[in-house]
Amino acid sequence: MKDSLGSVQSLLVLGGSSDIALAAARRLAQDRTKRIILAGRHADALEAGAEVLRGHGADVRTVPFDALDVESHEKTLGPLFEEGDIDVVLLAFGVLGDQAEGERDPLAAAKVVQTNYVGAVTSSLVAAEALKKQGHGSLVVISSVAAERARKANFIYGSSKAGLDAFAQGLGDSLVGTGVHVMVVRPSFVESKMTAGMAKGPMATTPEAVAEGIVDGLRRNAEMVWVPAQVRYAMSAVRHLPRPVFRKVAEKQG
Amino acid sequence: MATDMEVTTVPQPRREQLTGWGRTAPSVAEVLRPRTRQEVAEAVAGAGARGVVARGLGRSYGDPAQNGGGRVLDLTSMDRILDVDLENGRAVVEPGVSLQQLMQAMLPFGYFVPVTPGTRYVTVGGAIACDIHGKSHHADGSFAQHVVSMDLLLADGSVRTLTPEAEPELFWATAGGMGLTGVVLQATLQMMPVETSRILVQTRRVANLDEAMEQMTATDADYRFSVASLDNLATGPALGRGWVESGNFATRDQLPPKLRATPLAFNPKPLATMPNVFPSGLLNKRTVRIMNEANFRRAPKAAHAHLATIGGFFHPLDAIHDWNRVYGAAGFLQYQFVVPFAATATLRRVVERVAVQGAPSFVTVLKRFGPASPGHLSFPTGGWTLTYDFPTGTPGLTGLLNWMDAQVLEAGGRLYLAKDSRMSAQDLAAMYPRLEAFRKVRAEVDPHGVFVSDQSRRLAL
Repeated sequence: MKDSLGSVQSLLVLGGSSDIALAAARRLAQDRTKRIILAGRHADALEAGAEVLRGHGADVRTVPFDALDVESHEKTLGPLFEEGDIDVVLLAFGVLGDQAEGERDPLAAAKVVQTNYVGAVTSSLVAAEALKKQGHGSLVVISSVAAERARKANFIYGSSKAGLDAFAQGLGDSLVGTGVHVMVVRPSFVESKMTAGMAKGPMATTPEAVAEGIVDGLRRNAEMVWVPAQVRYAMSAVRHLPRPVFRKVAEKQG
Repeated sequence: MATDMEVTTVPQPRREQLTGWGRTAPSVAEVLRPRTRQEVAEAVAGAGARGVVARGLGRSYGDPAQNGGGRVLDLTSMDRILDVDLENGRAVVEPGVSLQQLMQAMLPFGYFVPVTPGTRYVTVGGAIACDIHGKSHHADGSFAQHVVSMDLLLADGSVRTLTPEAEPELFWATAGGMGLTGVVLQATLQMMPVETSRILVQTRRVANLDEAMEQMTATDADYRFSVASLDNLATGPALGRGWVESGNFATRDQLPPKLRATPLAFNPKPLATMPNVFPSGLLNKRTVRIMNEANFRRAPKAAHAHLATIGGFFHPLDAIHDWNRVYGAAGFLQYQFVVPFAATATLRRVVERVAVQGAPSFVTVLKRFGPASPGHLSFPTGGWTLTYDFPTGTPGLTGLLNWMDAQVLEAGGRLYLAKDSRMSAQDLAAMYPRLEAFRKVRAEVDPHGVFVSDQSRRLAL
């Protein structure tokens, strides 16, 4: 159960080997989260993450979960909720893909979008149904500032996040009054495995900062969390730039 | 001749979002409002996999009267006073009867409730489930110590009549048992005889915490009711400054002539209702500091006697309906602990750390407790009890309270389940050595875990 200061006792992570996922799980395990399930594709990486969390006194399980295999989501995730209440479901999976490759090979682009958007839609809906039965719980969805406005350099990834972002907000609205709360997290460029080797974007942040943002958002029951907090104002400006100006600004970011 | 036909609408269950008085950690449950024993039994029998718990007027601060995904029985409609014995001062009541109702019904006959907390708006069922206490604990103990008998509906649908003599284990597991042993269907209470409805109160300012403790230690034996209100932000030599109020019910002779005509008059009027418009953060370090200063100045420096009304002395916050709204949507929490009398160093350390950190508390109250009741999870036990109110957005609050938990635990003290909304399950187990005994009783009368609350899940009760 979540307590009055936002501490939670149990966590299910979808995409359990991502840097953001582990940073968030670690931060929560250091607090009061002692029952954690890491779900993902890479068993070894999941197990390695689980060991770290066990070091913080948490009881951790790893389960296979493939975002692309949407038909498996009900079967894989449903039973996890029967073992005991899950206070937070953290949707942290996502692939960046390669923009150039995606443009050349539409099927490569499809894979990115199917993972980041379609897989997130089905797994979110399964999780939301289960949380509704509990009468309480938070679904935390890792979106991106890229969701705000797609750039030439990353519109395949960006649009998948834009879709996920809108979906999560709508889902949150539909869950008002059910005891289930949806929190959309929009980090700026995060230095992580996923972005290794890339040039840092402006106002770059870290997985640990995103984890702090999540914990703070859980305490406030926030529906939208920006990391870093100030990037909200930068994106507000970006949102209103006329197209030609935006293109020039986006170009500079590379 | 037409037969009397009463059209009864069976109350339909609805999914509702529930919180405690602190308006935190909401969950959604199916809420039923049974009015008869039969309806309660049906509601319990029909509870699904996520169980059921009873709810009164929702004055617990945290999550004991809510049950996410399950059923909650709002018993406030089961509010009949079934019988009174005016000669012996006993009242037989349904669980939804409020202390306010009981006072109004019994004062004209010269009887008051045996224990009153800081609000009249608690139900008898809730009073038993939390084994509540008041300013009189050092003299009169806790609420369940004045319950002569009670009928308890168990998970299997059977009803047992419990008295401390005939069924001590189940009686004292239910008193303070947070509704987890069953549903109280009725209770027989021993009321307190009073001559008047006024309290003769001595109020005296105290310059610091030590003086507050000295004052109460020296004078508690002479007063049925006693409490100290502290300025929680004062530091240095003024640490714990405030005022002590000690009182007894007035005798008829102590009333001025104009009140003697209606010595038992009881007419508390709510002044207003707090609108639901407050931004979170209205009560912060700055504003609370100002309030504390004003309150401290208002308290008389030298001991000063005056006649207070019941509402004015016991229930000042009841004057404003829904006063908890002043905390805004973010809500607040209450932190109440007790430490043994010998642990004054711990008490001082806690008061100091809170003051230095500047965590603002709207009402900070210190009191001496008498000996504990036999309740397995009953909170009051001999020692000093201190209560704080904190807005949830107070910076550094989680760390501060975790530190306080450790201090209390180390000193052999504990926290109060009726106020708690964030302690850990491990601390709870360490603070209540009779938790195992409680769990054993619960396993016997409720083997399938029918009676469940968010709090029982959170704390593995």
